[in-house]
Amino acid sequence: MSSTHASTNEGQHYFVPQPSIWPPVLSAGMLTLALGFILKINHFGVGPLFMLSGAAIIIFVLFKWFGAVIYENQTGAYSDWEDRSFRHGMVWFIGSEVMFFAAFFGALFYTRNISVPILGSLEAAHAGITLWPGFAEGAWNVVGVGPKGTAFTPVSAWGIPTINTALLLSSGATLTWAHWGLLKDNRFQLKFGLFLTVLLGAIFLGLQAFEYHHAYTELGLTLGSGVYGATFFMLTGFHGFHVTLGAIMLTVVLLRSMSGHFDAKRHFAFEAVAWYWHFVDVVWLLLFVLVYWL
Amino acid sequence: MNTATIAHDGHGHGDHHPSGIMRWLTTTNHKDIGTMYMTFSLLMFFLGGLMILLVRAELFQPGLQFLKPEFFNQLIGNHALIMIFGALMPAATGFANWQIPLMIGAPDMALPRLNNWGFWLLPPAATLLTLPFILEFFGVGDGALATGWTFYAPLSIQGGIGVDFAIFAVHILGISSIMGSINIIVTIFNMRAPGMTMMKLPLFVWGWLITAFLLVITLPVLAGAVTMLLMDRHFDTHFFIAAGGGDPILFQHLFWFFGHPEVYILLLPVWGLIPHVLSTFTRKPTYGYKAQVYSFIAIGVLSLVVWAHHFFTAGMPVPALLYFMYSTMSISLPLAVLFFCWVATMWRGAMTFETPMLFALGFIVLFGIAGLTGLVLADVAADAQYHHSYFVVAHFHYALFTGGIMGVMTGVYYWLPKWTGHMYSEKLGKLHFWLTVISFNLTFMPQFFLGLAGMPRRIPDYALQFAEFNAISTVGAFILGFSQLIFAWNIWKCIKGGEKAHAKVWEGAEGLEWELPSPPPHHSWEVQPKVA
Repeated sequence: MSSTHASTNEGQHYFVPQPSIWPPVLSAGMLTLALGFILKINHFGVGPLFMLSGAAIIIFVLFKWFGAVIYENQTGAYSDWEDRSFRHGMVWFIGSEVMFFAAFFGALFYTRNISVPILGSLEAAHAGITLWPGFAEGAWNVVGVGPKGTAFTPVSAWGIPTINTALLLSSGATLTWAHWGLLKDNRFQLKFGLFLTVLLGAIFLGLQAFEYHHAYTELGLTLGSGVYGATFFMLTGFHGFHVTLGAIMLTVVLLRSMSGHFDAKRHFAFEAVAWYWHFVDVVWLLLFVLVYWL
Repeated sequence: MNTATIAHDGHGHGDHHPSGIMRWLTTTNHKDIGTMYMTFSLLMFFLGGLMILLVRAELFQPGLQFLKPEFFNQLIGNHALIMIFGALMPAATGFANWQIPLMIGAPDMALPRLNNWGFWLLPPAATLLTLPFILEFFGVGDGALATGWTFYAPLSIQGGIGVDFAIFAVHILGISSIMGSINIIVTIFNMRAPGMTMMKLPLFVWGWLITAFLLVITLPVLAGAVTMLLMDRHFDTHFFIAAGGGDPILFQHLFWFFGHPEVYILLLPVWGLIPHVLSTFTRKPTYGYKAQVYSFIAIGVLSLVVWAHHFFTAGMPVPALLYFMYSTMSISLPLAVLFFCWVATMWRGAMTFETPMLFALGFIVLFGIAGLTGLVLADVAADAQYHHSYFVVAHFHYALFTGGIMGVMTGVYYWLPKWTGHMYSEKLGKLHFWLTVISFNLTFMPQFFLGLAGMPRRIPDYALQFAEFNAISTVGAFILGFSQLIFAWNIWKCIKGGEKAHAKVWEGAEGLEWELPSPPPHHSWEVQPKVA
């Protein structure tokens, strides 16, 4: 942010890429995917077809677009100046992700501390009308029997979630270990650290899937289990989705490391993915404390 | 790093550009992208205007004349979404694209391909918003979003397929704005010319920097809110359904956490450009540069903590009402600083009244009315009467039409000669100004009285006692709408030809952008200027 940034660019040329078709194609893919999703949830048969085509276009473009960036990078198009743009950009992108999660955490705090207790304090509760067991007490983790009337048990914090916490914290450590390897030019440590990180992420996702299965089939806890189920699945679900994205990005970084990309000085992609992974890690810690534990 | 590689891969050294439609689809040039944003904005301005003229035609007389109530509801919500997301925000982003690199001495925006993606997300979003109108025509679905632009639950949970379309349109618009904002923040932090320190940045750039922060902070929350809405609609969740422990008012909190800063997102770029225009046509330096920068920052921060004043009547504990009332009113302090600086800039200046200056003056007076009526609405007790009445409609049109759209017009007339290399017609510009200002007041001044008399908004019919003011308002709206054709015609003429513009278009203009020829070359500031 200081003026010294600008003054280091004197006399340099900034890399402005040649015209590229990928941005509008990506938008077309997103339009197709969105249309398909709208059609699907409104029970039109063509929906899934649209969705698949849209997703295929998006994945194809991501390959091409990121491929172009990697190619430019490998052929020396980027100096420190462009590198700083990418870094700033990634920081603000993660900032926007933080705010996306903030919306769901906000919903959690609001329902847990305001709407559920107020509903419990309504006169109806004292007149013997009960929407769910514990309605009159405004109790939190049983709210959700809701209109469907099925009982559920919340997921305990001290089973799979504890293991998952350990897994994600370790994955943060292995990733940092890989980074140290990169900094001292130990390629084995870099690749092995990345591999371990992806592995830990994958185990985390497997356990999370198992937990969802357990919740749906044995605990009776579903998306429809009142606002408890809604906040539980949306928060953990979006987190899991971000872990998936992070794991995919880490895999790309691992593959690039195996092709000899990155050196001790220039490895923005590695660092960007690492920031992202640590961000996902911090979100998990909040989830563990606020959703599972308290 | 090897400079020969740059010359080969990068821009500017004998590279050739695709022509025709491919030029616009594939461009990575900030000027091309800025032009696309401005053009899109103008098209959407007319589309949104057409929608509301249908509404005003219906409201010309009491009783139901032309429109079914369902269609009326679809028109008002989509008018707002199209004007806010389709006309005003893209116009501001168009300015940012054209002007920020020129004003800070940057070769282009920092992330050019991302920049292009940000624009090309807009046509799909506009398609999603308007498609349900067409689908209904073919018997599919029951039309577009009919909840008003705010998507309030539980109405939006019960609504038809149009709500789903709008939810995804909002998602795509959100991605577009977030990408655009990230690009602008990065450009301002990383692309300034040597010597261009933060406290030398042109005020327009400062205004946009705060805008971009607000977008990055609040748009993801809107995305989260409409995602919850989608889940409530189709996937069995109970975020906004009390029977499962949720609360419709939660949606209002989430929506307005975005929605209130959105007002400043629309206004801050305008507050940024007004001082340039005032300084140019009074031939005086901007008064209170630092005070204006700090006011931008203060307003940006305050705008994040006042959201609940949009639903005082929904039911809130008294301490919350008091907090939101006082915090809202405190925004008037930095805003008053801005008004003072604008007026003080003009004090004893050698003023001339070209079209941009006329629009800037109109902006100050009429936006002042928006600010003062906003103070009234911020009063919890008074708001109990004004809420959901035409008083609110008039208030936010004074804020967003005179504060937003007239601000954009100020900027367009001010910078159009720089962009096209030609002078616009001063005669048409002045005609456009006077018709706009008079018909705007004719349209919206009566709505204050309608609101005070108790006419609710968003209803296609009304009691007989409101007839005269509504008739006046409709006449004003039609004059206002058709006057804008002069604007479009003037822009078109200016693009096609006219008197050549000098590099320094205006005698009193200051800043880097005026050192470049008009129009600036395709790649400007490839070698960054030094700022003393």
